[in-house]
Formats: sequence, C-alpha cells, structure tokens
Amino acid sequence: MIAITEEPINTQAVIDAVQADGAGAINVFIGTVRNQTQAKPVIQLDFEAYDSMAVKKMQEIADQATARWPIQKVAIVHRKGALQIGEAAVVIAVSTPHRKASFEACEFIIDTLKQVVPIWKKEKFEDGDVWVAAHP
Amino acid sequence: MQVKIALFGITKEIIGASKLNYQLSEKADVNQLLSSLKADYPALQKLTSLMIAVNDDYATPEQTLSAHDEIALIPPVCGG
Repeated sequence: MIAITEEPINTQAVIDAVQADGAGAINVFIGTVRNQTQAKPVIQLDFEAYDSMAVKKMQEIADQATARWPIQKVAIVHRKGALQIGEAAVVIAVSTPHRKASFEACEFIIDTLKQVVPIWKKEKFEDGDVWVAAHP
Repeated sequence: MQVKIALFGITKEIIGASKLNYQLSEKADVNQLLSSLKADYPALQKLTSLMIAVNDDYATPEQTLSAHDEIALIPPVCGG
C-alpha cells in the first residue's frame, strides 16, 4: 500500500496491509501535526503533493528499504489537504521477521521521504502563512 | 519550443499559477530553464533550493528538455 490521500488516514488499515505470517515485528511511524513551530502557535497545516511523482518516489523508497532489510511488507500513506492539530500526516508500517530491522527500515523510510518526496506544507499562524523550509 | 511546467507550493504563489506555458530555445537543458525562470521571477532565487522534475524524476542540470516532457518545478520538499 503506497498512496497519497485527501481522507484521514486509517492507521489500522495501514498496519493490516503489512500483516505477514513471516513477520515477528511490525513497526509503525505516525507523523502528526504539531501545535507550534519555535514556540509560535500553529492553527492548521496545509499539505500539497505532486501526486504522481510522490507515489513513484515513495515506491522507490520502499524498494530501497526492501533491498536493505528483510522486509515482509511495507506500507506508506501520506495525507494531503488541510490538516488540524493532532491529525496524522503520514503513516508508515513495516513488517520484518525480527524487531531491529523493522525499527531501522521505518526510520530510513521517514528520513528519506522527508528529503525526496515532492510534498510541501504551509503552516498557518494567526498572523499569516509560511511555506515550511522554503527559505534559508 | 514551448514547454508546460507544473508548479507547486511556494513556486505556485511566486509565479501566480499552477501551470505555466514557457518559451525555451530548442534543446534547452534544465540549467537553462532554471536560469531563465530565476531571471523572470527573481523571488525564485531566494528559495533554499529549486529542482526540476521531468516525467516524475529529478532531472540533472545537463538534461535536455523536450516539448513532450512533463516538467515540474520543485521547491524545497518537507513531507512527513
């Protein structure tokens, strides 16, 4: 399961997607919307994605992880649109025979996703909006 | 040749559209496109980074463009 969605992410469905008889561990990462940036209250986060390329890059990251760790199954779902505080922006699930690999693979996937997947977010503050990371 | 460029995030606001029809010399490469866009829209120069994607992959600076390519301007990404 590799997807971009405008609907709230069903975390259980992402976990279910990586269930495997050979798995002794399922590691799940949930990236959520935080209520502040450098002590400044955030009201809302707007995510935008270049859908076709984002899905292609997420699949490539899943393939790279599968080449490095004994992954049974991997699922990556990223949300786009307007998200409220506390909502899940991304859910990643990885199943492996033993737990260590599932932690490592999950961390690799979220770290790489943040670097290469074409998704942008705009933080909405009370006094205006800022595209995150756009300027030095 | 005329190329179509998809715009996202802050580049959509800087250029003021989500798609841009843009005139380039025949066989222009990614470097030329970026220099030309940065000259036409100076606010692009202030971004932390600016990449070009061609057909859903990051393009190299020397990559030659064609009118059929699906081109996108990629400002700094920050998913997750």
